[in-house]
Amino acid sequence: MSKVNALLQGTLNWVDERFPLTANWKAHLSEYYAPKNFNFWYFFGSLAMLVLVIQIVTGIFLTMHYKPDASLNASGVPVAFASVEYIMRDVTWGWLIRYMHSTGASAFFLVVYLHMFRGLLYGSYRKPRELIWLFGIGIFLCLMGEAFFGYLLPWGQMSFWGAQVIVNLFSAIPVIGPDLSIWLRGDYVVGDATLNRFFAFHVIAMPLVLLGLVGAHIIALHEVGSNNPDGVEIKKKKDANGVPLDGIPFHPYYTVKDIVGVIVFLMAFSVVVFFMPEGGGYFLEYNNFVPADPLVTPPHIAPVWYFTPYYSLLRAVTYPLLGIEAKFWGVVAMGAGTLIFAFLPWLDRSPVKSIRYRGTMTKVLLAIWIVGFFILGFLGTKDPAYKFFGAIPGAPVAQILSVYYFLFFLTMPIWSSLDRCQPEPDRVTMK
Amino acid sequence: MKKLLFALLFAPLVAFAAGPVLHLDPAPDKANDMAALQNGAKVFVNYCLNCHSASYMRYNRLKDIGLNDDQVRDNLMFTADKVGEPMRIAMQRNDAKAWFGAAPPDLTVIARARASEAGSGADWLYTYLRSFYRDETRPTGWNNVIFANVGMPHVLWELQGDQMMGPDHKLKLVKPGKMRPQEYDAMVGDLVAYLKYMGEPVSEFRKHLGVIVLIFLAVFFVFAYALKREFWKDIH
Repeated sequence: MSKVNALLQGTLNWVDERFPLTANWKAHLSEYYAPKNFNFWYFFGSLAMLVLVIQIVTGIFLTMHYKPDASLNASGVPVAFASVEYIMRDVTWGWLIRYMHSTGASAFFLVVYLHMFRGLLYGSYRKPRELIWLFGIGIFLCLMGEAFFGYLLPWGQMSFWGAQVIVNLFSAIPVIGPDLSIWLRGDYVVGDATLNRFFAFHVIAMPLVLLGLVGAHIIALHEVGSNNPDGVEIKKKKDANGVPLDGIPFHPYYTVKDIVGVIVFLMAFSVVVFFMPEGGGYFLEYNNFVPADPLVTPPHIAPVWYFTPYYSLLRAVTYPLLGIEAKFWGVVAMGAGTLIFAFLPWLDRSPVKSIRYRGTMTKVLLAIWIVGFFILGFLGTKDPAYKFFGAIPGAPVAQILSVYYFLFFLTMPIWSSLDRCQPEPDRVTMK
Repeated sequence: MKKLLFALLFAPLVAFAAGPVLHLDPAPDKANDMAALQNGAKVFVNYCLNCHSASYMRYNRLKDIGLNDDQVRDNLMFTADKVGEPMRIAMQRNDAKAWFGAAPPDLTVIARARASEAGSGADWLYTYLRSFYRDETRPTGWNNVIFANVGMPHVLWELQGDQMMGPDHKLKLVKPGKMRPQEYDAMVGDLVAYLKYMGEPVSEFRKHLGVIVLIFLAVFFVFAYALKREFWKDIH
């Protein structure tokens, strides 16, 4: 046994002289000190990483059988659409890989939204973590691109018309718009050229950027250290060895804790994959089981659930401004709605970070914003003529909530500094 | 305060409950009834698989519903040579378009495509196939309650007979077919069960496997949680 140990130690030394393996292991795991008071909300970072791995691994196997080809096969079905059904039927375990990938897309957004909400709750974007937050926003935008490109690939009706609607939005940009949208599609309508370039973006370009940003996100996090539910810096109180008093090594403490989170997540994930892969039409839209047909416009085109709040922002703008059509301003609203998160570190002027010590005003305004986000998301899945209970028209509700969506951020410097906060504790608390 | 926030958070979910747009009759659940599925496959091959293809479905996949290769070859294969072939048809799409106005869609995943807020795809198909009525204004002489101005004639009319739309907007059987109404409904139920199966042949296996996966994860959870407790007992 001692011979085996000596051999292993020798090998490790050999590697360490050439590559900082042990140093990295210590810096990022065994001697990376995380606050000991992480709660429920702190599972979603590692879960996002898990879903990323699921998406990449299942994605690799899907590309082995998927064909990005819009031409019709002998039965008059687009090859791309037929290849997805081929995966579902004729590829061994193909159905499982495909459902994991399609469910993984929704799971990714769910987990990332909860991860971002954690940031909002505990002020994780504030100094000195601005760059972590900005890298995170980059990941979020990248993820939206990844999801958008990927959604075209099954080449169903929703794939086709969703891409058509979104690419057409660029045509609203003055002067260069129409040419820009043709350049993006590579054709006058969404077609084979579009499908092939979206495939390239989905499997190569976006994942590369995404992985780079995830790396930067984690390196920045490990440089400044994690925030925590109390929003106080654990690095301010250290012991004689320079170890934060309220810090515990990420490994083994948070690795064993995250395994529990991973299992609970996998149970929820499995419930969807095995028992409701269509997610009631929200994860796999019913109309996407009809092959893409450029000649038949579906009566109702709705994006997948994770885009619907922004889709509502887009539709909320209905009047032209400065001589430019409303559609353009809708696009601006949608873009601003996603980019505005990036400014949070500088919009928030509260003396404390965590929601635990912030005043009633912050709590109420944030709660309304979250409810508004949900309602905008819901309305985005519906026809613009939708009425709540068949009576309250949805469109004006979406407009009011869209205004609130932006006002919440734009007035944040004012209300966040006015709010009556409680004093932060010196050390973290174990609630 | 917390309770109020949670109430606010979930209030919209209650408001989201919206009524269905279309009334559909619920299709009988025959997912595990092999005799019904086999009868459905027979009806499908005899009545549907002339104009409609099922081009992602291979004949020998019918072993899922208890049919061996010989049974399939002798009873269900009219337009294919080998049991490994998919269910294709001889009709050309361009001809079909000229004859019906639109080429009849491939039916492999129709039961998934027809799902909506109003009901499952099976419910839609079950209602659709029982809702044809005589309409002399249409080129085929047929119309459908839930698919207005449908291009497809009532292929099963010999079995169901003729229905007419009454002034009360209800369908009435004016000329009986070969089957009594209950028999016809049962036969359509079998056909729809088959279409649902064909839309996702793996669905029953998927659910069985899901139970095993969840049991495994539940056991794994117990050990993982115990491990976490053990490591964390000194952290206060």
